[in-house]
Amino acid sequence: MDLRPGADSCYKCTSCDTSCPVAEVDDSFPGPKFQGPEQWRLKRKEDTEIDDSITGCSNCMRCDGACPSDVPLSQMHNTARGEYVENQQPKLSREYIRNRILANYGTLAGLGSKVPRLTNAIMGNSLVQNVNEKLLGITAERDFPEFADRTFRSWWKQRGGPMVESEDKRIAYFHGDYANYNTVEVAKALVRVYEAFGYEILVPDQRCSGTPMFANGMLDDARRSAAVNVESLGDAIERGYDVVASCTSCSMALRQEYPELFDFEGTETVAANTYDALEYLLINENVIDPLSEVDADDHDIPDFAYHAPCHSRNQGLDRQAVELFRHLDGVDVADVGDSCSGISGTYGWKEEKYEYSMEIGEEMFEHMEHAEGQTGMTECPTCSMQMEHGTGYEIDHPLQVLEAALVDTDVEV
Amino acid sequence: MAIESDVVVIGGGLAGATAALSAAREGAHVHLISANESTLRQASGLIDARGYPDPDADLDGDRRVSAPGPLVDPFAGIEDLPENHPYRVAGADALREGLALFDDAVGDLYRGGHTDRNALVATTSGRAKPTARYPRSMAPGVVSDERPMLLVGFEAATDFDASLAAERLSAAGVPFDVVGTTIAFPGEYRADAAVTRLAHALERDECVGSAHGENEGQGRTTRQRLADRIRPHLGDAERVGLPAMLGDARVEEVRADLSERLDAPVFEVPTGPPSLPGIRLADRLFAALDEAGVSMTTGMPVVDFESTGGADGDRIDRVIIDRNGAQIPYAAEQFVLATGGLVGKGLDSDRERAREAVFDCYVPQPDDRMQWSKAGAFADHAFARFGVEPDGAMRPLDAEGVPEFENLRAAGGVVGGADVAREQSASGVSLATGLVAGRTAAEEA
Ligand SMILES: Cc1cc2nc3c(=O)[nH]c(=O)nc-3n(C[C@H](O)[C@H](O)[C@H](O)COP(=O)(O)OP(=O)(O)OC[C@H]3O[C@@H](n4cnc5c(N)ncnc54)[C@H](O)[C@@H]3O)c2cc1C
Ligand code: SF4
Ligand code: SF4
Repeated sequence: MDLRPGADSCYKCTSCDTSCPVAEVDDSFPGPKFQGPEQWRLKRKEDTEIDDSITGCSNCMRCDGACPSDVPLSQMHNTARGEYVENQQPKLSREYIRNRILANYGTLAGLGSKVPRLTNAIMGNSLVQNVNEKLLGITAERDFPEFADRTFRSWWKQRGGPMVESEDKRIAYFHGDYANYNTVEVAKALVRVYEAFGYEILVPDQRCSGTPMFANGMLDDARRSAAVNVESLGDAIERGYDVVASCTSCSMALRQEYPELFDFEGTETVAANTYDALEYLLINENVIDPLSEVDADDHDIPDFAYHAPCHSRNQGLDRQAVELFRHLDGVDVADVGDSCSGISGTYGWKEEKYEYSMEIGEEMFEHMEHAEGQTGMTECPTCSMQMEHGTGYEIDHPLQVLEAALVDTDVEV
Repeated sequence: MAIESDVVVIGGGLAGATAALSAAREGAHVHLISANESTLRQASGLIDARGYPDPDADLDGDRRVSAPGPLVDPFAGIEDLPENHPYRVAGADALREGLALFDDAVGDLYRGGHTDRNALVATTSGRAKPTARYPRSMAPGVVSDERPMLLVGFEAATDFDASLAAERLSAAGVPFDVVGTTIAFPGEYRADAAVTRLAHALERDECVGSAHGENEGQGRTTRQRLADRIRPHLGDAERVGLPAMLGDARVEEVRADLSERLDAPVFEVPTGPPSLPGIRLADRLFAALDEAGVSMTTGMPVVDFESTGGADGDRIDRVIIDRNGAQIPYAAEQFVLATGGLVGKGLDSDRERAREAVFDCYVPQPDDRMQWSKAGAFADHAFARFGVEPDGAMRPLDAEGVPEFENLRAAGGVVGGADVAREQSASGVSLATGLVAGRTAAEEA
């Protein structure tokens, strides 16, 4: 892919550099302006290798939103990282093996969730954690996310699929790996909220969205996953479904990264018909009026400290939860600021990045502690891990709050 | 369905923020949509209202290459400006009210509201720039103050040559002694470290030595070391100017600390982008918008709109933003166009003509493209005045003088009729037109 023309629209204003959370704490990282436009300009003089600092980028994609000149920074980073991993990174190196494992979390989770209790016990064992750190470079500081007793897909199957049928209100739910294996209650909340609004839900065949693969330069793995998703979601769209995702990195991948990196048939159609779950409801339904009738105190809904994930910010969705829950009486939802949480998917799991990850997250932790609420809220499963890790708070997804306010009560929606 | 509000403002620069705040204060529910992070984050943070007389005033007389000396009173002579100048269009009190709205929103962050007169602020290029409002952090640096001044630049931040700036200020005849010097910023940072990195180091007052290295926690802090490095250069100076990167939100704490250590007031000199004073201003204005209940969507452009014909002309029903391919409709009663000029992408130009980018509103311009510009950077370029031409309610008019849409208003750089660069009036025009556009929109919503 030739990204050099994009490099020419850079006028070196350095806005991207000032927005990069990694450059802020890691002095060995030269920042997005170098990773992006400068590197691509250098590549014009053939056979320049990709600078290995590309592996320092966490793929938070904040630089994209900061650039006033629409330089396709994250596309440049993703492409450069892919080339670096393919041509320059030794396939037997500890880093490659570790990154491959982290990037393919879904495959492991698929195995682990077959015996969730056993896996939880093993992964929670500190000896295992230390071995992971020493052998693989996966930090021992973090606790592995627990597997749910039953995956979302098996719950859905046992339930008999959709409870609501509709000709014109139909969504295909892209749950991603995390809501399937770990935070199953988020996926269930989506089902209950959407059914309350009269939607027929389809849970189509799917693989990992590819987010952790992009971030680790595993573009072949990502391409395989994406091919399955585009085909399956494309089918659903043809049958009148719109795609919704509950994880903002998943919707980001389907909407932006797929069209930037792949050209399967239907990639653009999938991008144009994919939405974030809350966004889609706000566009198509009157959520505000029923929500205004609820008093949160009657339903034990706590105050929240809300963090907008970088990938929701990139889709312009960073304010929707805060603005929506203003209409819910008795709840204070405090935005804990526009800093990055620091975990960026797999970044904060890497032993050599863990300290940076926590340093980036410091601002968010501080703001969380100052906020009224003692419960966190965010759309992103890994931001959620980081929030919990840094503060000990329990973390909810906005869909769970909607569920508590609208489904578990008798409000007419 | 669509996302609904009373007023949709398109554009997150100073004009959009002002229009949104003005409409919200009139009681409207406002949704602000901006294609990118606010342009304010790059702006110097100075709020110029009118620094120089209208460069066009003597168009038929001798051609001036640059405008004459700065205006003492930005309000003086507004009534003599050309009829289509935004200050005339928006009405006699618009600038004053716009500034008042601004003062109220930014509170203690800014100075200059106590007087109608322009202040002169020293810039990194050694100019004394006339401005109506300036960040409090720049206050001790005003040029009317006669205390001797030391300007300090950093080796890494190359766009501020302090000695050169000092020379130029002296040559311009400022009423005080000024010298400049360059020092290394304390600590080990990459040569190209982002200014925000250094600003945060000052704000957190990190211990110098690497954050993770062996020296962690030992030795002196960034501010202590910075003061140590400046002190030998102090001489007779009674105030010290540094590039505007003395912290982020806690700039006053940093400034107070350094001032105490140096026993002389420390101030910031406005820099080019990215600019900490610009970032602070954007943060403060957006907090005010949040408080006023304004909804905001950032990062996606408005790409299209739907309208219906009405008795009094066309009416916009909704605008469409593009969210990575998905088209999201935003419906409202009233719309404000605040997308900026040729730089902000509110105006577009090709070989033939300049056009307004979202609604294709009429933009008066010479037929012949050759007449767009004149030789010389400071000449009277026609294109510098390009923009839509609104009526008194800030509604853009078509070639016949009829509103393009009955419910569309315009504010800021997208409005034509002023050469804001030569006149040094960019922010004032945004405040005046933003105020009126927001208020009239709310009245009709
Ligand atoms: C680097 C810099 C330095 C400056 N220095 C000074 C100074 O020293 N003194 C001074 O008085 N003024 C200064 N200004 C000018 C001032 O900040 C404003 O830019 C000016 O007042 C014009 O404001 P505006 O809001 O009309 O346009 P802009 O600031 O250009 O903002 C336009 C906004 O509209 C958005 N937009 C454009 N098209 C679309 C679309 N289709 N959909 C959605 N959003 C869209 C853009 O993303 C942007 O946020 C400076 C500006 C810059 C950029
Ligand atoms: S994606 Fe994030 S970490 Fe990577 S260069 Fe951009 S801002 Fe920095
Ligand atoms: S923000 Fe965009 S234009 Fe500015 S330096 Fe970065 S890539 Fe270049």
